[in-house]
Amino acid sequence: MTSAPPPRRAAAPAGPIAVAVEGVTVGYDHRPALTDVSLSVTAGSLLAVIGPNGAGKSTLLKLIAGIIKPWTGRLTVLGGPPGSSAGRIAYLPQAEAVDWEFPVTVAEVVMMGRYGRLGFLREPRRRDREVVGQALDKVGMGEATDRQIGALSGGQRRRVFLARAIAAEPDLYLLDEPVTGVDATTQEDLMDVLEGEARAGKTVIATTHDLICAAQRFHQAAFINGRLVAAGPANLVLDQQLLAETYGGHVLVLPGDGGRVIIDDAHHHDQAPSGEHHYHEDSR
Amino acid sequence: MDPVSFITDPLAYGFMQRGLVASVLVGIVCAVMGTFVVLKGLAFIGDAVSHATFPGLVIAYIVGAPLYIGGAIAAVATALAIGLVSRRGRLRFDTSVGVLFAGTFAFGVLLFSTIKNYVADLLGYLLGNVLGIRTADLIQLAILGAIVLAVVLLIRKELLFATFDPLGAAASGLPVAFLEYLLLALLGVTIVVSIQAVGIIMVVAMLVTPSATAQLIVVRFGRMMLIAVVIAALSAVSGLYLSFYLNLASGASIVLIETIFFLVALVLGPRTGLLSRAPRAIGQGAS
Repeated sequence: MTSAPPPRRAAAPAGPIAVAVEGVTVGYDHRPALTDVSLSVTAGSLLAVIGPNGAGKSTLLKLIAGIIKPWTGRLTVLGGPPGSSAGRIAYLPQAEAVDWEFPVTVAEVVMMGRYGRLGFLREPRRRDREVVGQALDKVGMGEATDRQIGALSGGQRRRVFLARAIAAEPDLYLLDEPVTGVDATTQEDLMDVLEGEARAGKTVIATTHDLICAAQRFHQAAFINGRLVAAGPANLVLDQQLLAETYGGHVLVLPGDGGRVIIDDAHHHDQAPSGEHHYHEDSR
Repeated sequence: MDPVSFITDPLAYGFMQRGLVASVLVGIVCAVMGTFVVLKGLAFIGDAVSHATFPGLVIAYIVGAPLYIGGAIAAVATALAIGLVSRRGRLRFDTSVGVLFAGTFAFGVLLFSTIKNYVADLLGYLLGNVLGIRTADLIQLAILGAIVLAVVLLIRKELLFATFDPLGAAASGLPVAFLEYLLLALLGVTIVVSIQAVGIIMVVAMLVTPSATAQLIVVRFGRMMLIAVVIAALSAVSGLYLSFYLNLASGASIVLIETIFFLVALVLGPRTGLLSRAPRAIGQGAS
Protein backbone atom coordinates (compact mmCIF):
# COMPACT_ATOMS: atom_id res chain seq x y z
CA MET A 1 0.00 0.00 0.00
CA THR A 2 3.02 2.24 0.22
CA SER A 3 4.03 1.79 -3.38
CA ALA A 4 2.51 5.12 -4.37
CA PRO A 5 4.34 7.70 -6.45
CA PRO A 6 6.61 9.94 -4.38
CA PRO A 7 4.61 12.69 -2.69
CA ARG A 8 4.57 15.96 -4.56
CA ARG A 9 5.03 18.82 -2.18
CA ALA A 10 3.89 21.67 -4.35
CA ALA A 11 5.38 24.91 -3.08
CA ALA A 12 2.18 26.87 -2.68
CA PRO A 13 2.84 30.37 -1.35
CA ALA A 14 1.08 29.73 1.96
CA GLY A 15 2.98 26.51 2.55
CA PRO A 16 2.31 23.05 1.15
CA ILE A 17 -1.16 21.60 1.39
CA ALA A 18 -1.13 18.47 3.55
CA VAL A 19 -4.76 17.52 3.08
CA ALA A 20 -7.20 18.66 0.42
CA VAL A 21 -10.83 17.54 0.55
CA GLU A 22 -12.90 18.56 -2.47
CA GLY A 23 -16.65 18.14 -2.56
CA VAL A 24 -16.62 14.86 -0.65
CA THR A 25 -19.79 13.02 0.35
CA VAL A 26 -19.54 9.81 2.37
CA GLY A 27 -21.65 7.75 4.75
CA TYR A 28 -22.62 4.33 6.00
CA ASP A 29 -25.35 2.03 4.67
CA HIS A 30 -26.56 4.54 2.09
CA ARG A 31 -27.01 7.20 4.76
CA PRO A 32 -24.67 10.14 4.25
CA ALA A 33 -22.62 11.21 7.28
CA LEU A 34 -20.84 14.06 5.53
CA THR A 35 -22.23 15.92 2.53
CA ASP A 36 -20.21 17.95 0.06
CA VAL A 37 -17.31 18.79 2.35
CA SER A 38 -14.43 20.85 1.00
CA LEU A 39 -11.50 21.64 3.24
CA SER A 40 -7.82 22.25 2.81
CA VAL A 41 -5.22 21.96 5.54
CA THR A 42 -1.76 23.50 5.30
CA ALA A 43 1.23 21.45 6.44
CA GLY A 44 2.36 22.44 9.92
CA SER A 45 -1.06 23.52 11.14
CA LEU A 46 -3.06 22.41 14.15
CA LEU A 47 -6.66 21.96 13.07
CA ALA A 48 -9.49 21.37 15.54
CA VAL A 49 -12.54 19.60 14.13
CA ILE A 50 -15.59 20.72 16.06
CA GLY A 51 -19.19 19.62 16.04
CA PRO A 52 -21.84 17.75 18.02
CA ASN A 53 -21.87 13.98 18.49
CA GLY A 54 -22.76 12.24 15.26
CA ALA A 55 -21.76 15.26 13.19
CA GLY A 56 -19.25 13.22 11.17
CA LYS A 57 -16.03 14.28 12.90
CA SER A 58 -14.67 10.75 13.22
CA THR A 59 -15.89 10.02 9.69
CA LEU A 60 -13.77 12.90 8.41
CA LEU A 61 -10.68 11.46 10.11
CA LYS A 62 -11.35 7.96 8.74
CA LEU A 63 -11.82 9.44 5.30
CA ILE A 64 -8.47 11.23 5.43
CA ALA A 65 -6.83 8.08 6.86
CA GLY A 66 -8.09 6.12 3.87
CA ILE A 67 -10.08 3.73 6.08
CA ILE A 68 -13.32 4.60 4.30
CA LYS A 69 -13.69 5.65 0.67
CA PRO A 70 -15.61 8.74 -0.43
CA TRP A 71 -18.84 8.22 -2.39
CA THR A 72 -18.19 11.30 -4.44
CA GLY A 73 -15.55 14.00 -4.53
CA ARG A 74 -11.78 13.93 -4.30
CA LEU A 75 -9.21 13.75 -1.54
CA THR A 76 -5.49 14.40 -1.66
CA VAL A 77 -3.53 13.39 1.42
CA LEU A 78 0.21 14.13 1.65
CA GLY A 79 0.34 14.51 -2.11
CA GLY A 80 -1.48 11.33 -3.11
CA PRO A 81 -4.81 9.57 -2.81
CA PRO A 82 -5.84 8.56 0.74
CA GLY A 83 -4.14 5.37 1.89
CA SER A 84 -1.18 5.85 -0.43
CA SER A 85 0.98 7.35 2.29
CA ALA A 86 -0.24 5.25 5.21
CA GLY A 87 3.26 4.94 6.61
CA ARG A 88 3.31 8.71 7.16
CA ILE A 89 -0.02 8.87 9.00
CA ALA A 90 -0.73 8.14 12.67
CA TYR A 91 -4.30 7.59 13.78
CA LEU A 92 -5.47 7.78 17.37
CA PRO A 93 -8.85 6.11 17.98
CA GLN A 94 -11.40 7.32 20.51
CA ALA A 95 -10.82 5.93 23.98
CA GLU A 96 -14.19 4.15 23.89
CA ALA A 97 -13.10 2.21 20.79
CA VAL A 98 -10.31 0.45 22.69
CA ASP A 99 -10.63 -2.77 24.70
CA TRP A 100 -8.68 -1.73 27.79
CA GLU A 101 -8.59 -5.28 29.18
CA PHE A 102 -6.52 -6.34 26.19
CA PRO A 103 -3.33 -8.03 27.41
CA VAL A 104 -0.76 -5.57 26.10
CA THR A 105 1.74 -3.42 27.96
CA VAL A 106 2.45 0.25 27.46
CA ALA A 107 5.66 -0.49 25.52
CA GLU A 108 3.86 -3.02 23.29
CA VAL A 109 1.14 -0.52 22.41
CA VAL A 110 3.67 2.16 21.50
CA MET A 111 5.69 -0.35 19.47
CA MET A 112 2.57 -0.88 17.31
CA GLY A 113 3.26 2.61 16.00
CA ARG A 114 6.39 1.17 14.37
CA TYR A 115 4.65 -1.73 12.61
CA GLY A 116 3.62 0.33 9.60
CA ARG A 117 7.27 1.20 8.98
CA LEU A 118 8.60 -2.26 9.83
CA GLY A 119 6.52 -4.13 7.29
CA PHE A 120 5.59 -7.81 7.34
CA LEU A 121 7.97 -10.46 8.69
CA ARG A 122 10.32 -7.91 10.23
CA GLU A 123 10.93 -7.81 13.96
CA PRO A 124 11.47 -4.56 15.86
CA ARG A 125 15.13 -3.60 16.09
CA ARG A 126 17.16 -1.47 18.42
CA ARG A 127 16.26 1.76 16.67
CA ASP A 128 12.55 0.93 16.97
CA ARG A 129 12.95 0.38 20.70
CA GLU A 130 14.82 3.67 20.97
CA VAL A 131 12.05 5.54 19.15
CA VAL A 132 9.45 3.93 21.42
CA GLY A 133 11.43 4.95 24.51
CA GLN A 134 11.80 8.52 23.28
CA ALA A 135 8.11 8.78 22.43
CA LEU A 136 7.17 7.58 25.92
CA ASP A 137 9.57 10.07 27.50
CA LYS A 138 8.05 12.84 25.41
CA VAL A 139 4.59 12.22 26.88
CA GLY A 140 5.95 11.63 30.38
CA MET A 141 5.27 7.89 30.48
CA GLY A 142 8.85 6.63 30.34
CA GLU A 143 8.52 4.90 33.70
CA ALA A 144 5.44 2.84 32.91
CA THR A 145 6.62 0.69 30.02
CA ASP A 146 5.70 -2.69 31.51
CA ARG A 147 2.26 -1.84 32.87
CA GLN A 148 -0.86 -3.29 31.31
CA ILE A 149 -2.77 -0.51 29.58
CA GLY A 150 -5.96 -1.18 31.55
CA ALA A 151 -4.09 -0.42 34.78
CA LEU A 152 -3.53 3.19 33.66
CA SER A 153 -5.72 6.20 34.37
CA GLY A 154 -7.69 7.82 31.57
CA GLY A 155 -5.10 10.55 31.11
CA GLN A 156 -2.21 8.09 31.08
CA ARG A 157 -3.99 5.99 28.46
CA ARG A 158 -4.27 9.02 26.16
CA ARG A 159 -0.60 9.83 26.76
CA VAL A 160 0.38 6.29 25.76
CA PHE A 161 -1.70 6.42 22.59
CA LEU A 162 -0.20 9.77 21.66
CA ALA A 163 3.23 8.19 22.23
CA ARG A 164 2.22 5.46 19.78
CA ALA A 165 1.35 8.12 17.22
CA ILE A 166 4.67 9.89 17.80
CA ALA A 167 6.59 6.61 17.48
CA ALA A 168 5.18 6.23 13.96
CA GLU A 169 7.16 9.40 13.06
CA PRO A 170 4.26 10.58 10.90
CA ASP A 171 3.82 13.71 8.82
CA LEU A 172 0.11 13.74 9.57
CA TYR A 173 -1.59 13.14 12.92
CA LEU A 174 -5.26 12.18 12.88
CA LEU A 175 -6.44 12.27 16.48
CA ASP A 176 -9.98 11.34 17.52
CA GLU A 177 -10.68 13.23 20.74
CA PRO A 178 -7.12 13.20 22.08
CA VAL A 179 -7.94 15.33 25.10
CA THR A 180 -11.47 14.20 25.93
CA GLY A 181 -11.88 13.05 29.50
CA VAL A 182 -8.38 13.92 30.66
CA ASP A 183 -7.29 16.19 33.50
CA ALA A 184 -6.07 19.74 32.87
CA THR A 185 -2.38 18.88 33.32
CA THR A 186 -2.57 16.06 30.81
CA GLN A 187 -4.44 18.28 28.37
CA GLU A 188 -1.76 20.98 28.62
CA ASP A 189 1.06 18.42 28.29
CA LEU A 190 -0.49 16.73 25.26
CA MET A 191 -1.19 20.05 23.56
CA ASP A 192 2.42 21.13 24.20
CA VAL A 193 3.61 17.99 22.46
CA LEU A 194 1.27 18.52 19.52
CA GLU A 195 2.29 22.15 19.23
CA GLY A 196 5.93 21.01 19.05
CA GLU A 197 5.06 18.54 16.29
CA ALA A 198 3.25 21.25 14.32
CA ARG A 199 6.24 23.57 14.68
CA ALA A 200 8.38 20.77 13.23
CA GLY A 201 6.18 20.89 10.12
CA LYS A 202 3.83 18.02 10.98
CA THR A 203 0.14 18.47 10.42
CA VAL A 204 -2.26 17.75 13.29
CA ILE A 205 -5.99 17.24 12.78
CA ALA A 206 -7.87 16.54 16.00
CA THR A 207 -11.54 16.27 16.85
CA THR A 208 -12.50 17.85 20.13
CA HIS A 209 -15.44 18.83 22.28
CA ASP A 210 -13.39 21.33 24.23
CA LEU A 211 -14.00 24.73 22.65
CA ILE A 212 -11.75 26.60 25.05
CA CYS A 213 -8.88 24.28 24.23
CA ALA A 214 -9.65 24.65 20.52
CA ALA A 215 -9.59 28.43 20.73
CA GLN A 216 -6.46 28.65 22.83
CA ARG A 217 -4.25 25.86 21.55
CA PHE A 218 -5.19 25.22 17.92
CA HIS A 219 -4.40 27.33 14.86
CA GLN A 220 -7.49 26.55 12.86
CA ALA A 221 -10.95 25.15 13.36
CA ALA A 222 -13.39 23.34 11.12
CA PHE A 223 -17.06 23.31 12.16
CA ILE A 224 -18.91 20.21 11.11
CA ASN A 225 -22.51 19.14 11.34
CA GLY A 226 -23.08 16.62 8.57
CA ARG A 227 -21.57 19.29 6.33
CA LEU A 228 -18.87 21.88 6.68
CA VAL A 229 -20.44 24.83 8.48
CA ALA A 230 -17.28 26.93 8.49
CA ALA A 231 -13.52 26.69 8.55
CA GLY A 232 -11.03 29.32 9.55
CA PRO A 233 -8.82 30.60 12.36
CA ALA A 234 -9.31 28.88 15.72
CA ASN A 235 -10.75 31.92 17.48
CA LEU A 236 -13.88 31.45 15.37
CA VAL A 237 -15.01 29.03 18.08
CA LEU A 238 -15.91 32.07 20.14
CA ASP A 239 -18.41 33.11 17.49
CA GLN A 240 -21.75 32.30 19.07
CA GLN A 241 -23.69 32.46 15.85
CA LEU A 242 -21.39 29.94 14.25
CA LEU A 243 -21.64 27.69 17.29
CA ALA A 244 -25.39 27.90 17.24
CA GLU A 245 -25.38 26.91 13.60
CA THR A 246 -22.98 24.01 14.23
CA TYR A 247 -24.65 22.67 17.33
CA GLY A 248 -28.20 23.37 16.30
CA GLY A 249 -28.82 25.84 19.10
CA HIS A 250 -27.73 23.65 22.00
CA VAL A 251 -25.31 26.23 23.29
CA LEU A 252 -24.92 27.45 26.83
CA VAL A 253 -23.43 30.84 27.49
CA LEU A 254 -21.89 31.48 30.87
CA PRO A 255 -22.76 35.09 31.64
CA GLY A 256 -20.10 37.33 33.09
CA ASP A 257 -17.24 35.13 32.01
CA GLY A 258 -16.13 36.90 28.91
CA GLY A 259 -18.56 35.11 26.65
CA ARG A 260 -17.51 31.59 27.62
CA VAL A 261 -19.58 29.01 25.87
CA ILE A 262 -20.36 25.44 26.70
CA ILE A 263 -21.99 23.00 24.40
CA ASP A 264 -25.10 21.31 25.69
CA ASP A 265 -24.16 17.92 24.33
CA ALA A 266 -24.49 14.39 25.68
CA HIS A 267 -20.81 14.36 26.55
CA HIS A 268 -20.86 17.55 28.44
CA HIS A 269 -24.24 17.83 29.99
CA ASP A 270 -23.08 16.64 33.37
CA GLN A 271 -20.35 19.26 33.43
CA ALA A 272 -22.66 22.21 33.15
CA PRO A 273 -23.00 23.83 36.55
CA SER A 274 -26.57 24.45 37.58
CA GLY A 275 -28.10 27.90 37.54
CA GLU A 276 -26.91 29.00 34.13
CA HIS A 277 -28.98 30.46 31.42
CA HIS A 278 -29.93 28.09 28.70
CA TYR A 279 -30.30 29.72 25.33
CA HIS A 280 -32.04 27.37 22.98
CA GLU A 281 -32.14 29.03 19.65
CA ASP A 282 -34.60 27.20 17.48
CA SER A 283 -33.38 28.91 14.39
CA ARG A 284 -32.63 25.77 12.38
CA MET B 1 1.48 -49.74 40.28
CA ASP B 2 4.64 -47.63 40.35
CA PRO B 3 4.52 -44.13 38.88
CA VAL B 4 6.85 -44.90 35.99
CA SER B 5 4.79 -47.74 34.63
CA PHE B 6 1.66 -45.68 35.27
CA ILE B 7 3.05 -43.30 32.64
CA THR B 8 4.74 -45.79 30.32
CA ASP B 9 2.26 -48.67 30.22
CA PRO B 10 -0.32 -46.91 28.03
CA LEU B 11 2.44 -45.94 25.60
CA ALA B 12 2.83 -49.59 24.64
CA TYR B 13 -0.34 -49.18 22.59
CA GLY B 14 -0.08 -47.61 19.15
CA PHE B 15 -3.51 -45.99 19.45
CA MET B 16 -2.44 -44.29 22.67
CA GLN B 17 0.77 -42.98 21.08
CA ARG B 18 -1.12 -41.58 18.10
CA GLY B 19 -3.83 -40.21 20.37
CA LEU B 20 -1.32 -38.39 22.55
CA VAL B 21 0.52 -36.83 19.62
CA ALA B 22 -2.75 -35.80 17.98
CA SER B 23 -4.36 -34.34 21.08
CA VAL B 24 -1.28 -32.39 22.14
CA LEU B 25 -0.93 -31.03 18.60
CA VAL B 26 -4.60 -30.08 18.44
CA GLY B 27 -4.34 -28.53 21.89
CA ILE B 28 -1.40 -26.36 20.84
CA VAL B 29 -2.92 -25.19 17.55
CA CYS B 30 -6.25 -24.44 19.24
CA ALA B 31 -4.54 -22.55 22.06
CA VAL B 32 -2.59 -20.34 19.65
CA MET B 33 -5.66 -19.56 17.53
CA GLY B 34 -7.75 -19.39 20.68
CA THR B 35 -5.78 -16.41 21.93
CA PHE B 36 -7.15 -14.42 18.99
CA VAL B 37 -10.59 -16.03 19.33
CA VAL B 38 -10.83 -14.87 22.94
CA LEU B 39 -9.45 -11.38 22.32
CA LYS B 40 -11.58 -10.76 19.23
CA GLY B 41 -14.68 -12.33 20.75
CA LEU B 42 -14.96 -15.04 18.08
CA ALA B 43 -16.11 -17.89 20.34
CA PHE B 44 -19.59 -18.02 18.85
CA ILE B 45 -18.14 -17.92 15.33
CA GLY B 46 -15.85 -20.81 16.22
CA ASP B 47 -18.83 -22.83 17.42
CA ALA B 48 -20.77 -21.97 14.27
CA VAL B 49 -17.91 -22.90 11.92
CA SER B 50 -17.39 -26.17 13.74
CA HIS B 51 -21.05 -27.17 13.38
CA ALA B 52 -20.97 -26.10 9.74
CA THR B 53 -18.29 -28.68 8.97
CA PHE B 54 -20.83 -31.46 9.49
CA PRO B 55 -22.57 -31.20 6.11
CA GLY B 56 -19.12 -31.05 4.48
CA LEU B 57 -18.11 -34.28 6.21
CA VAL B 58 -21.36 -36.04 5.28
CA ILE B 59 -21.17 -34.96 1.63
CA ALA B 60 -17.54 -36.09 1.46
CA TYR B 61 -18.58 -39.44 2.90
CA ILE B 62 -21.44 -39.85 0.44
CA VAL B 63 -19.31 -39.07 -2.62
CA GLY B 64 -16.37 -41.05 -1.27
CA ALA B 65 -13.98 -38.12 -0.93
CA PRO B 66 -11.57 -37.74 2.01
CA LEU B 67 -13.59 -36.49 4.99
CA TYR B 68 -10.98 -33.87 5.90
CA ILE B 69 -11.33 -32.21 2.53
CA GLY B 70 -15.11 -31.99 2.80
CA GLY B 71 -14.89 -30.64 6.32
CA ALA B 72 -12.17 -28.13 5.41
CA ILE B 73 -14.12 -26.74 2.46
CA ALA B 74 -17.26 -26.36 4.56
CA ALA B 75 -15.38 -24.81 7.48
CA VAL B 76 -13.37 -22.26 5.51
CA ALA B 77 -16.35 -21.35 3.31
CA THR B 78 -18.54 -20.78 6.38
CA ALA B 79 -15.85 -18.78 8.13
CA LEU B 80 -15.42 -16.49 5.11
CA ALA B 81 -19.20 -16.19 4.67
CA ILE B 82 -19.44 -15.08 8.29
CA GLY B 83 -16.68 -12.55 7.65
CA LEU B 84 -18.62 -11.18 4.70
CA VAL B 85 -21.86 -10.98 6.69
CA SER B 86 -20.08 -9.16 9.50
CA ARG B 87 -18.89 -6.47 7.09
CA ARG B 88 -21.96 -6.11 4.94
CA GLY B 89 -24.89 -7.33 6.99
CA ARG B 90 -27.85 -5.35 8.16
CA LEU B 91 -28.94 -7.77 10.87
CA ARG B 92 -27.22 -8.01 14.20
CA PHE B 93 -24.08 -10.04 13.68
CA ASP B 94 -24.84 -12.81 16.19
CA THR B 95 -28.29 -13.19 14.66
CA SER B 96 -26.84 -13.80 11.20
CA VAL B 97 -24.30 -16.25 12.60
CA GLY B 98 -27.02 -18.07 14.53
CA VAL B 99 -29.08 -18.51 11.37
CA LEU B 100 -26.09 -19.80 9.35
CA PHE B 101 -24.97 -22.02 12.22
CA ALA B 102 -28.25 -23.85 12.74
CA GLY B 103 -29.10 -24.01 9.04
CA THR B 104 -25.84 -25.63 7.96
CA PHE B 105 -25.88 -28.11 10.83
CA ALA B 106 -29.48 -29.07 10.07
CA PHE B 107 -28.51 -29.64 6.46
CA GLY B 108 -25.76 -31.99 7.65
CA VAL B 109 -28.13 -33.92 9.91
CA LEU B 110 -30.64 -34.18 7.04
CA LEU B 111 -28.00 -35.62 4.71
CA PHE B 112 -26.79 -37.92 7.47
CA SER B 113 -30.31 -39.31 7.91
CA THR B 114 -30.35 -40.35 4.25
CA ILE B 115 -27.40 -42.71 4.75
CA LYS B 116 -28.84 -46.20 5.28
CA ASN B 117 -26.04 -47.98 7.13
CA TYR B 118 -24.47 -47.13 10.50
CA VAL B 119 -21.61 -44.70 10.02
CA ALA B 120 -19.26 -44.81 13.00
CA ASP B 121 -16.78 -42.46 11.33
CA LEU B 122 -19.23 -39.60 11.08
CA LEU B 123 -20.54 -40.09 14.61
CA GLY B 124 -16.93 -40.00 15.77
CA TYR B 125 -16.67 -36.51 14.33
CA LEU B 126 -19.63 -35.34 16.38
CA LEU B 127 -18.21 -36.28 19.77
CA GLY B 128 -14.57 -36.89 18.88
CA ASN B 129 -12.47 -40.00 19.22
CA VAL B 130 -8.81 -39.17 19.23
CA LEU B 131 -7.86 -42.71 20.20
CA GLY B 132 -9.30 -43.96 16.92
CA ILE B 133 -7.09 -41.72 14.79
CA ARG B 134 -5.19 -43.42 11.96
CA THR B 135 -1.57 -42.70 11.04
CA ALA B 136 -2.58 -41.15 7.71
CA ASP B 137 -5.02 -38.81 9.51
CA LEU B 138 -2.33 -37.91 12.00
CA ILE B 139 0.03 -36.87 9.21
CA GLN B 140 -2.62 -34.69 7.55
CA LEU B 141 -3.44 -33.18 10.91
CA ALA B 142 0.23 -32.43 11.62
CA ILE B 143 0.74 -30.75 8.25
CA LEU B 144 -2.37 -28.57 8.52
CA GLY B 145 -1.56 -27.71 12.14
CA ALA B 146 2.00 -26.75 11.21
CA ILE B 147 0.70 -24.47 8.44
CA VAL B 148 -1.65 -22.69 10.84
CA LEU B 149 1.08 -22.25 13.45
CA ALA B 150 3.59 -21.00 10.89
CA VAL B 151 1.23 -18.40 9.43
CA VAL B 152 0.13 -17.12 12.83
CA LEU B 153 3.67 -16.88 14.16
CA LEU B 154 4.94 -15.12 11.03
CA ILE B 155 2.31 -12.39 11.08
CA ARG B 156 1.57 -12.30 14.78
CA LYS B 157 2.49 -8.64 15.18
CA GLU B 158 0.12 -7.61 12.39
CA LEU B 159 -2.64 -9.85 13.77
CA LEU B 160 -2.07 -8.38 17.22
CA PHE B 161 -2.28 -4.78 15.98
CA ALA B 162 -5.35 -5.45 13.82
CA THR B 163 -7.06 -7.26 16.71
CA PHE B 164 -6.25 -4.62 19.29
CA ASP B 165 -6.94 -1.51 17.20
CA PRO B 166 -8.40 -2.17 13.74
CA LEU B 167 -8.72 1.54 12.89
CA GLY B 168 -5.19 2.43 13.92
CA ALA B 169 -3.85 -0.61 12.07
CA ALA B 170 -5.78 0.26 8.90
CA ALA B 171 -4.59 3.88 9.02
CA SER B 172 -0.98 2.73 9.32
CA GLY B 173 -1.39 0.74 6.12
CA LEU B 174 -2.07 -2.80 7.37
CA PRO B 175 -4.56 -4.72 5.17
CA VAL B 176 -6.98 -5.16 8.08
CA ALA B 177 -9.83 -6.71 6.06
CA PHE B 178 -7.47 -9.25 4.52
CA LEU B 179 -6.03 -10.11 7.92
CA GLU B 180 -9.53 -10.63 9.29
CA TYR B 181 -10.47 -13.02 6.49
CA LEU B 182 -7.13 -14.80 6.87
CA LEU B 183 -7.75 -15.24 10.58
CA LEU B 184 -11.20 -16.68 9.87
CA ALA B 185 -9.79 -19.05 7.26
CA LEU B 186 -7.12 -20.20 9.72
CA LEU B 187 -9.86 -20.67 12.28
CA GLY B 188 -11.71 -22.89 9.79
CA VAL B 189 -8.59 -25.02 9.23
CA THR B 190 -7.94 -25.24 12.97
CA ILE B 191 -11.45 -26.48 13.58
CA VAL B 192 -11.17 -29.16 10.91
CA VAL B 193 -7.88 -30.28 12.42
CA SER B 194 -9.51 -30.46 15.84
CA ILE B 195 -12.86 -32.12 15.30
CA GLN B 196 -11.53 -35.66 15.08
CA ALA B 197 -9.91 -35.21 18.47
CA VAL B 198 -12.69 -33.57 20.46
CA GLY B 199 -15.68 -33.55 18.13
CA ILE B 200 -17.72 -30.81 16.51
CA ILE B 201 -19.60 -29.98 19.68
CA MET B 202 -16.56 -29.49 21.94
CA VAL B 203 -14.10 -27.77 19.60
CA VAL B 204 -15.14 -24.39 20.91
CA ALA B 205 -13.90 -25.40 24.37
CA MET B 206 -10.46 -26.24 22.99
CA LEU B 207 -10.40 -22.83 21.30
CA VAL B 208 -11.62 -20.74 24.16
CA THR B 209 -10.92 -22.38 27.52
CA PRO B 210 -7.07 -22.44 27.64
CA SER B 211 -6.79 -18.85 26.38
CA ALA B 212 -9.52 -17.61 28.68
CA THR B 213 -7.69 -19.29 31.57
CA ALA B 214 -4.44 -17.64 30.51
CA GLN B 215 -6.10 -14.23 30.34
CA LEU B 216 -7.08 -14.63 33.99
CA ILE B 217 -3.45 -15.18 34.92
CA VAL B 218 -1.29 -12.82 32.83
CA VAL B 219 -1.56 -9.42 31.18
CA ARG B 220 0.83 -9.79 28.25
CA PHE B 221 -0.17 -11.13 24.88
CA GLY B 222 2.88 -13.35 24.34
CA ARG B 223 2.62 -14.88 27.80
CA MET B 224 -1.10 -15.39 27.42
CA MET B 225 -0.48 -17.44 24.29
CA LEU B 226 2.33 -19.40 25.94
CA ILE B 227 0.32 -20.23 29.05
CA ALA B 228 -2.66 -21.23 26.92
CA VAL B 229 -0.41 -23.63 24.99
CA VAL B 230 0.97 -25.14 28.20
CA ILE B 231 -2.51 -25.57 29.69
CA ALA B 232 -3.77 -27.15 26.47
CA ALA B 233 -0.87 -29.61 26.26
CA LEU B 234 -1.15 -30.58 29.94
CA SER B 235 -4.90 -31.05 29.57
CA ALA B 236 -4.47 -33.17 26.46
CA VAL B 237 -1.99 -35.53 28.13
CA SER B 238 -3.77 -35.82 31.46
CA GLY B 239 -7.15 -36.08 29.77
CA LEU B 240 -5.99 -39.02 27.68
CA TYR B 241 -4.50 -40.85 30.65
CA LEU B 242 -7.72 -40.30 32.55
CA SER B 243 -9.61 -41.64 29.57
CA PHE B 244 -7.27 -44.66 29.34
CA TYR B 245 -7.41 -45.71 32.99
CA LEU B 246 -11.03 -44.91 33.77
CA ASN B 247 -12.33 -45.82 30.33
CA LEU B 248 -13.90 -42.41 29.74
CA ALA B 249 -14.61 -40.54 26.51
CA SER B 250 -11.29 -38.98 25.43
CA GLY B 251 -12.47 -35.61 24.03
CA ALA B 252 -14.74 -34.98 26.99
CA SER B 253 -11.92 -35.80 29.42
CA ILE B 254 -9.57 -33.28 27.78
CA VAL B 255 -12.21 -30.57 27.73
CA LEU B 256 -13.18 -31.17 31.36
CA ILE B 257 -9.57 -30.93 32.54
CA GLU B 258 -9.24 -27.63 30.67
CA THR B 259 -12.43 -26.50 32.39
CA ILE B 260 -10.96 -27.41 35.78
CA PHE B 261 -7.86 -25.31 34.98
CA PHE B 262 -10.19 -22.43 34.12
CA LEU B 263 -12.19 -22.74 37.34
CA VAL B 264 -9.02 -22.90 39.44
CA ALA B 265 -7.67 -19.76 37.71
CA LEU B 266 -11.01 -18.04 38.19
CA VAL B 267 -10.94 -18.70 41.93
CA LEU B 268 -7.22 -18.24 42.59
CA GLY B 269 -6.01 -16.09 39.68
CA PRO B 270 -4.02 -12.97 40.58
CA ARG B 271 -6.02 -10.66 38.29
CA THR B 272 -9.61 -11.64 38.84
CA GLY B 273 -9.48 -14.31 41.49
CA LEU B 274 -12.60 -14.43 43.59
CA LEU B 275 -10.21 -14.58 46.55
CA SER B 276 -8.27 -11.46 45.56
CA ARG B 277 -9.17 -8.23 47.27
CA ALA B 278 -10.38 -6.16 44.36
CA PRO B 279 -12.10 -8.28 41.76
CA ARG B 280 -12.53 -6.65 38.38
CA ALA B 281 -14.69 -7.52 35.44
CA ILE B 282 -12.68 -8.87 32.55
CA GLY B 283 -13.26 -9.48 28.91
CA GLN B 284 -15.68 -6.63 28.58
CA GLY B 285 -15.82 -4.73 25.36
CA ALA B 286 -14.10 -7.37 23.28
CA SER B 287 -15.09 -6.17 19.86
